[in-house]
Amino acid sequence: MTVQTAEAFAGVGVDLGELERRALAVREHVLAIGAGPIGTHVGGSLSAADILVALYFDVLRVRPDEPGWNGRDHFLLSKGHASAALYATLAERGFLPVEELATYGRSSGRLMAHPTLSVPGVEFATGSLGHGLSLGVGLALAARRAVRPNRVYVLLGDGELQEGSVWEAAMAAAHLGLDGLTAVVDRNRLQINGSTEDRMGLEPLTDKWRAFGWNASVVDGHDFSRLVPALRSAPGSGRPTVLIADTVKGRGVRHLEHRKQGHFAKLSPAAYERALAALRAAA
Amino acid sequence: MSGALVARAQAPAPAPASDRAAYRATLLELAREDSRIWCVDSDTGGLEKQFESELPDQYVDLGIAEANLMSVSAALASTGILPFVNTMAAFASARALEQVKVDIAYHALQVRVVATHSGFSAAHLGPTHHAQQDLAVMRTLPGMTVMTPADAGETVRMVRAAAYLPGPVYIRLGRAETDPVYTGDDPGFTVGRAVELRAGGDVTIVAAGSYPVLFALEAADALAEQGISATVLNMHTIKPLDVPVLVRAAATTAGIVTVEDHSLLGGLGSAVAEATSLHHPTRVLRVGAADSFCPRPGTHREQLEASGVSPDRVVAAARAVVRGRR
Repeated sequence: MTVQTAEAFAGVGVDLGELERRALAVREHVLAIGAGPIGTHVGGSLSAADILVALYFDVLRVRPDEPGWNGRDHFLLSKGHASAALYATLAERGFLPVEELATYGRSSGRLMAHPTLSVPGVEFATGSLGHGLSLGVGLALAARRAVRPNRVYVLLGDGELQEGSVWEAAMAAAHLGLDGLTAVVDRNRLQINGSTEDRMGLEPLTDKWRAFGWNASVVDGHDFSRLVPALRSAPGSGRPTVLIADTVKGRGVRHLEHRKQGHFAKLSPAAYERALAALRAAA
Repeated sequence: MSGALVARAQAPAPAPASDRAAYRATLLELAREDSRIWCVDSDTGGLEKQFESELPDQYVDLGIAEANLMSVSAALASTGILPFVNTMAAFASARALEQVKVDIAYHALQVRVVATHSGFSAAHLGPTHHAQQDLAVMRTLPGMTVMTPADAGETVRMVRAAAYLPGPVYIRLGRAETDPVYTGDDPGFTVGRAVELRAGGDVTIVAAGSYPVLFALEAADALAEQGISATVLNMHTIKPLDVPVLVRAAATTAGIVTVEDHSLLGGLGSAVAEATSLHHPTRVLRVGAADSFCPRPGTHREQLEASGVSPDRVVAAARAVVRGRR
């Protein structure tokens, strides 16, 4: 089913049904990985899943069979602990075999708990928070100086914004006028110890980014009819863009939603079955 | 190893020169020849006049933000640019170490981190700007080449040799002018190969950096007057270390004295002791900075001496090594 949304870009429709199917598949992979030998960061993977699917199945110019294609758009998962969602999306998009996801965390494989360069489609190894936006600045600067069309997308966690280096990068991107750079904040409002606003408040977040010289807006991070057009039209002129994606930690699995306990989970077989059933029931 | 020796005493000595100035001139020459070579600045002062004014497309100033500086440089390098990153040793090796480790070293990117104000060369600026730990931390990063020149002339050769080296490089420079070590013809430069400045049979002095090498030569003169002949090695590359030359030194002399403008913990002396303990155990006495922060203002040399690094200390250590043999 192809639905032309009101905000659809340049007459190209958004295939909402396809995106929803991919997002469900990605979430199923995340749960399976969470039931694997080392568990995974389930909550933040589920909150980021729709953003990743929108990027990889609609927005990014990438070639799964040629990950290093020099015309590609760059994507950086600055919140590298959402590796399960990234690997699942890359697998769905064809960068690696879907069956390989079962090797997550196994010493015989290459899928570490934080992304590494050995995984096709991964541009930078991330996981130490506060690095990704700076890397995006470098990629966007290089593209602009070389007059190449590569766009750069960086997905940040909201708790990650407590790292000072994020704001060094934010300052640099605006100062250099890097309009090919788009940041997306997975604003699920939870970090390990609880609510971001209780632990180390980030609001007024949109104002902060605007004060740093960015185009900033809030978008529903789970509604493809809004998310896709926002991502498509993000690269502006003269300044970088940030989308504060309003998301839900644990999204899709009712009993994990909005719960800090879901930040990291090693799901027992019973817990996995229960989560999978909840996910499919809500889909 | 090149047989180039240094005749230091007789000819009129060339004027003191700054390795930082030599580096900057060399960087500009390299960048003129290759547009992939960039100067990435962090408000260090002067490069906007010396480099940006001529090659603005190969220059970016990222301000006073060293963490961002390192990550941006890593990303630039991932696209084929060859960035030379400019900051002080204290900031490169401590404040921004995680970015150097993760974004540069882990990705094995061709980033050249060129750090000034190393050791006590920031002198009167005090311990906030001293860098007595940078060799220790940088050499623990897998794949990182770590080098420090003995004088301005060697800086030119080192920077040229580093420009196209695979993987990341850390070059440790000083600040002010220092006396030249090399006064003769171009002695050549090979990454990872020590330069023998003096040949002697009793003891081997291994030094890195401008004052340490000058102190080693001064100590060798004093030892010669006491009937002790010392080999002096300029170990300009700390990593990869020139192990064969150390094995020869261990095998042919009573032992080794190391000299560095760096903490006694983890720097050149530690690297030499690690290598010899594995490949040819011998006595290693280390002359380096005491494990403490400088309490008072002073010149570079005064702070070294107050911290336990001086020609006299090298002489005493060398005599102890030689006595130990007898």
